[in-house]
Amino acid sequence: MTHVGYLVAGWSISLISFFIYAWRIVRKGKKLSSQVPKDRQRWMTSSTD
Amino acid sequence: MQSTEKQEFTTSRGTRFMGISLLIGIPTLLIFAFLLSPADDNMDDAVRLIYVHVPMAIFAYVAIITTGIGSVFFLWKKSRWWDTVAHASAEIGLILCGLVLITGSIWGRPTWNTWWEWGDVRLVTTLVLFLMILGYLALRQVPANPEMRAKRASVVGIIAAVNIPIINRSVEWWENNTLHQKSSLTDGKLENLTLFTLFLGFIVVGISYLWLMTHRFRVGWMTTEIETAGIAELIEERLNEGNSTVVNSQPQQKDGTK
Repeated sequence: MTHVGYLVAGWSISLISFFIYAWRIVRKGKKLSSQVPKDRQRWMTSSTD
Repeated sequence: MQSTEKQEFTTSRGTRFMGISLLIGIPTLLIFAFLLSPADDNMDDAVRLIYVHVPMAIFAYVAIITTGIGSVFFLWKKSRWWDTVAHASAEIGLILCGLVLITGSIWGRPTWNTWWEWGDVRLVTTLVLFLMILGYLALRQVPANPEMRAKRASVVGIIAAVNIPIINRSVEWWENNTLHQKSSLTDGKLENLTLFTLFLGFIVVGISYLWLMTHRFRVGWMTTEIETAGIAELIEERLNEGNSTVVNSQPQQKDGTK
């Protein structure tokens, strides 16, 4: 396989950035949802939950 | 007890389904991108970066167009829902746009023998889009009345969305000023497995965008709830202060008249 360094760099940066951002958002959501009253969390969960 | 735990996350049945799809989709995409799809005649194995670069570019467009639509509807309907959609999508759009610039640069080095080319219209317009979205998000941090802040950001959001067709068509409009090739998808030059891997990339990045968007929207919604509650509390506090001043001043006046 050619250009291994470029491939690893490109894919790693993309995947690591996605996971870090996703983790931050979920963590922030968890923190905020404990501060907002349930009746004001209108868009929090789907109706089936 | 279980339902209380569920409420403490921005998770729902839909996001759980998307999350599980991603846990399956990402490794599958990696297997196809690195092991099953063939190397390209011109690009060699550098083509394997295209499976993440091109889908991210398309969903960066989708994200910014969503911001533009959200901004238009916010200015028209004065709806907080649309403003939250626009803001959430802009943040994800910024990350996608940044990753497009980085992966494009990494791909360009072995393919075009350069990290960056200032004469390439698509590169420069994509950088302009990135800076515009950065400006949009910076405007949202400026201390101001929430509605005024949203209005200002919406104007930038609409201008950023107008940039999308320019970026997309730049390869045709300025064909002598770009290193980018015209769309390989529409001219049917891609091999079957290459095309399938690229579509798999679109599906995985698409689900990632929807998953992030749902969570980010809910975070944005709750942030506004807290902000609004804070403002309401402050107004109530001021009103109470005002009332107590009036109540305190009344006996003094009475005392004065006695």
